[in-house]
Amino acid sequence: MDGFFVFAIDWGFIFDQSVKQAVDINAIVYALAAIGLNVHFGYAGLLNFGQVGFVAMGAYGMGLGITYWQTNPAIAVLIGIIFSVVFALILGLPTLRLRADYLAIVTIAAAEIVRLMARSTALRDITQGAEGLNEFIGPFRDLNPFSPGAEYGFGPFVWSGNRFYTIVIGWTLIALFLLLVWQLMRSPWGRVVKAIREDEDAARALGKSAYWYKLQALILGGVIGGFGGMVMALGNATVQPDFFVAPLTFFFWLVLILGGVGRVWSPVVGAIIFWALITFIQNLGRQLVADGLIPTSIMDTTQVDQIRFWIVGAALALLMVFRPQGIFGSREEMALDAH
Amino acid sequence: MNTSLGLAGLGRRLVGVFILVALVLGLFAIFASPAMAENEMVGTRFVYTDLESGERVPAPGVLVTVDDSNGEFVGEGESDADGVVEIPVDGPGEYAMTVDPASLPPGVFLADAERATVSVQVLPNQVGRAIFQLANESEAGASAGGGVTFRRVAQLTVEGLKFGVFLAMAAIGLSLIFGTTGLINFAHGEMVGWGMLMAYFFNVFGLVGVFGFMEGWPAPFGGGVNLVWAILIAVPLGMAGGWVFDRYLFAPLRNRGVSLIAAMIVTLGLSILVRYVYLFAFGGVPRFFLDFTAQSGIEIGVIEITPKDLITGIISVLILVLVGVFLQQTRLGKAMRAVSDDRDLAESSGINVQRVISVVWIMGGGLAALGGVFIGLSEQVSWNIGFRILLLIFAAVVLGGLGTAYGALIGALVVGVGIQVSTLWIPTELKNVGALILLIVALLIRPQGILGSRERVG
Amino acid sequence: MPTDLSQLERTPGVAKPDPILVVDNMRKRFGGIVAVDVDHLEIQRGVITALIGPNGAGKTTFFNVLTGFDKPDEGSTVFDGDVINKVRPDVLAKRGMVRTFQLTKALTKLAVIENMKLGAKHQRGEKFLRALLSPMWRPQERSIEERGDALLARFKMDHMRDEYAGSLSGGQRKLLEMSRSLMTDPTLVMLDEPMAGVNPALKQSLLDHVRGLKDEGISVVFVEHDMDVVQGISDWVVVMAEGAIIAEGPPESIAENKQVIDAYLGAHHDTPLDLDAELEGAHGEEEE
Repeated sequence: MDGFFVFAIDWGFIFDQSVKQAVDINAIVYALAAIGLNVHFGYAGLLNFGQVGFVAMGAYGMGLGITYWQTNPAIAVLIGIIFSVVFALILGLPTLRLRADYLAIVTIAAAEIVRLMARSTALRDITQGAEGLNEFIGPFRDLNPFSPGAEYGFGPFVWSGNRFYTIVIGWTLIALFLLLVWQLMRSPWGRVVKAIREDEDAARALGKSAYWYKLQALILGGVIGGFGGMVMALGNATVQPDFFVAPLTFFFWLVLILGGVGRVWSPVVGAIIFWALITFIQNLGRQLVADGLIPTSIMDTTQVDQIRFWIVGAALALLMVFRPQGIFGSREEMALDAH
Repeated sequence: MNTSLGLAGLGRRLVGVFILVALVLGLFAIFASPAMAENEMVGTRFVYTDLESGERVPAPGVLVTVDDSNGEFVGEGESDADGVVEIPVDGPGEYAMTVDPASLPPGVFLADAERATVSVQVLPNQVGRAIFQLANESEAGASAGGGVTFRRVAQLTVEGLKFGVFLAMAAIGLSLIFGTTGLINFAHGEMVGWGMLMAYFFNVFGLVGVFGFMEGWPAPFGGGVNLVWAILIAVPLGMAGGWVFDRYLFAPLRNRGVSLIAAMIVTLGLSILVRYVYLFAFGGVPRFFLDFTAQSGIEIGVIEITPKDLITGIISVLILVLVGVFLQQTRLGKAMRAVSDDRDLAESSGINVQRVISVVWIMGGGLAALGGVFIGLSEQVSWNIGFRILLLIFAAVVLGGLGTAYGALIGALVVGVGIQVSTLWIPTELKNVGALILLIVALLIRPQGILGSRERVG
Repeated sequence: MPTDLSQLERTPGVAKPDPILVVDNMRKRFGGIVAVDVDHLEIQRGVITALIGPNGAGKTTFFNVLTGFDKPDEGSTVFDGDVINKVRPDVLAKRGMVRTFQLTKALTKLAVIENMKLGAKHQRGEKFLRALLSPMWRPQERSIEERGDALLARFKMDHMRDEYAGSLSGGQRKLLEMSRSLMTDPTLVMLDEPMAGVNPALKQSLLDHVRGLKDEGISVVFVEHDMDVVQGISDWVVVMAEGAIIAEGPPESIAENKQVIDAYLGAHHDTPLDLDAELEGAHGEEEE
């Protein structure tokens, strides 16, 4: 499809890039984060506006496992999980007894705290401040069965050995967590969680501790988000605090809502569609600017990258007003009480 | 219940207040405006805090260079005994001043090492002011050398109170919006940014910045106006923004029965959209207003404060007192508190809840805008003030009690002072983190805040 | 075996032969208003006790405190020998006290049979780790489902078992909530205005079911406004007004109790409009 030019725009390239990005590492990270968020909000009704904090916890935990605690990859992954669990406890223990909005406020603040502390000079010795962790990738790459120099894939889906390795791991994790969530939600545990989401008091009157189940859901969704962070770390071979800025949480929310809240697989579909669309629009925008079809007095190429924020912001607002169930969700699932 | 009479009375009072404030500001503007310069210049003043005396001390001998907007070298200079350096430039336009960090006095360095270059707008016959924040070596360290002196505590407390009253103006709106509608407005930070950026726009560009055909028209159409007038334009714009939000977005959503959580996510989406439009329009580099920006502090007792901070602080206190009076004494204010307390009860008492909510949004928008301008004047004008201030607003209202105006005020003062005084022990870069940690701790100990009611919390 | 309560003294706070619930010195204030002010109350095991009183008497608050949905400022409650002050409702349910809600809480997004299964206690599958492996909970789930179906049959709802509770009528939801609460194997069932909004046809059916609970040895306490219902099934009536208990006794005695009538209708209801007598304080009753 390369070289398919119409109006001086290489549609072939744009198309190739869009479908490739739809399954590439970014999409995987967003899918995992959104699966976690689906557990939080779709199933348990928790308003977690700090999912990016969980992603950061997984990434930093895993990275620090190698750079700071000097252990092997398996333990490093375990540390990433532990970081996510601890974060969930810090967030959940004080707030889960309170109204849903308070969790929203606390999570958005906590995720920002994580970023600021990771960035700080005070913790420089551990987190390396703004430059972040860069030395952890070696032991992971050693486990790569694929050859780093070779290329794998077909058509537009071609990646180098290292990247392909991360992508395979990523999609495997997605499949695993989808299975996990599916199994949980059809079990009695899932039944209790669904009941709590609809009416906490009814569940309590039947002997279920709403607080405890919400905490479990928070931990589970957070750990899944943490794995998203680990895939991000593997893919980028670096963990930097400014990857985990607050708007990212709302990109995850958009992916979740776009796919449809409350279905097991819809976060993944949402991530794929989101990345395909965003890549398409951004590449189109860049070409339009590069060809002068959009004058640089209006927008230059760096500013094109900001378009994604406008799209996410507008899409979130519009979706919630006109189609809160997204593409595959059901309208009834989205209905939630005022307080 | 005759709220229309209350509204007209309120209208008269607000107009009166604004005229009064305008007169006061106008007088100070005349006395405080910078001396007229013959030519255009780019200037700055270097001061830092001497650790032993705790005093603000000028830094002589600091080398600077100035380049024009094409990157061409224009001039260079060295700061004098007062820390002042002014370099003539060839005409109005955009310039960049670069500091040579090696020329700073020993132990002193740029607070933000990435910002050795600052862009400056120079208008006809004006001196464009650049601001460089200097810090002492241990200020950025874990414990500030110079210790906990009474002078430092007092200075920090005053700075904290000053920021606190600005924060209070922003926070009251959010607290009341929550109280009357149950909605947490995540876009409130961008309303603060709106005031800040609108004031900057009218101060520097005037409407000709958008409508090119207005070239040659008198200001504020053809050019920028003094900041005082820019504020008087920005605040009503803030009020209008608040009104528009409610009338065209949130009231229809309420009437449609859209859940509060959905509405909250709408505000989130809007805040991201608006914030990045700000970035697009304004750029990523912080700038400063044209007027009143570089002032030296005057000494009052043990503390040092610039005239602009003193004036804006006093004005803010006056405005907050007025808000308090409004809430306590006027019919509309009481109605507002009633709706905040118990909406259904208020409605069945005959209060026009929709009108009260509308006024809450207008007031919130105006106060936020004013807070934004004052913060911009006190610190800098930037595109992303919104998010940072939003988190501090949350800390303030949670501490004080979500839903009450007085709670927001107390919480904001506590947060403001807390942040500043905490720099005695924790690094400056982490002072906001302190506020956020305080937020989480407050939820553990007393979730309803200082003035809130337990039932609201769950 | 229902105990013979007819010999008990008819005074507020009278002791019962075998109380399942004992309340002492319970107070709760909202701002300046005293919502609950109960010195002593005992609920007899195995019988149906009605809690009545005019609007604003504090019945709902008292009920919420007893069932763990609200906290008293002071006071103690003993349930089946255990002190349960400030115990959370889910813990109470596990101990055998279950409640229903005036605004029925049928979980609309779950099927009827799933609603029923939710009520069962000690479910292995509700624990996170066990839930991951179906074999660990399937067998128990099946037996719970059988119990659920049996209960649904008893309440004549078995044909609706696979419907979403959201598609049930109001009356059917009431039945669902009641039968669901029985899945918790309770010793004490607290019904919050069970007849509220129920059509007359269904009322009889509900009354029969409540009597059925007593036949199984389950104690029942219910809050109610409908005096016919109260007369129809209760063995004992407790009357509240202005936060305090003003009368106790068998239903017939309550209907004739002057204090109770006054509380419902206000004082001076049966006196002529005689201003002079009012001014002289001739009746010496409490002021309005």
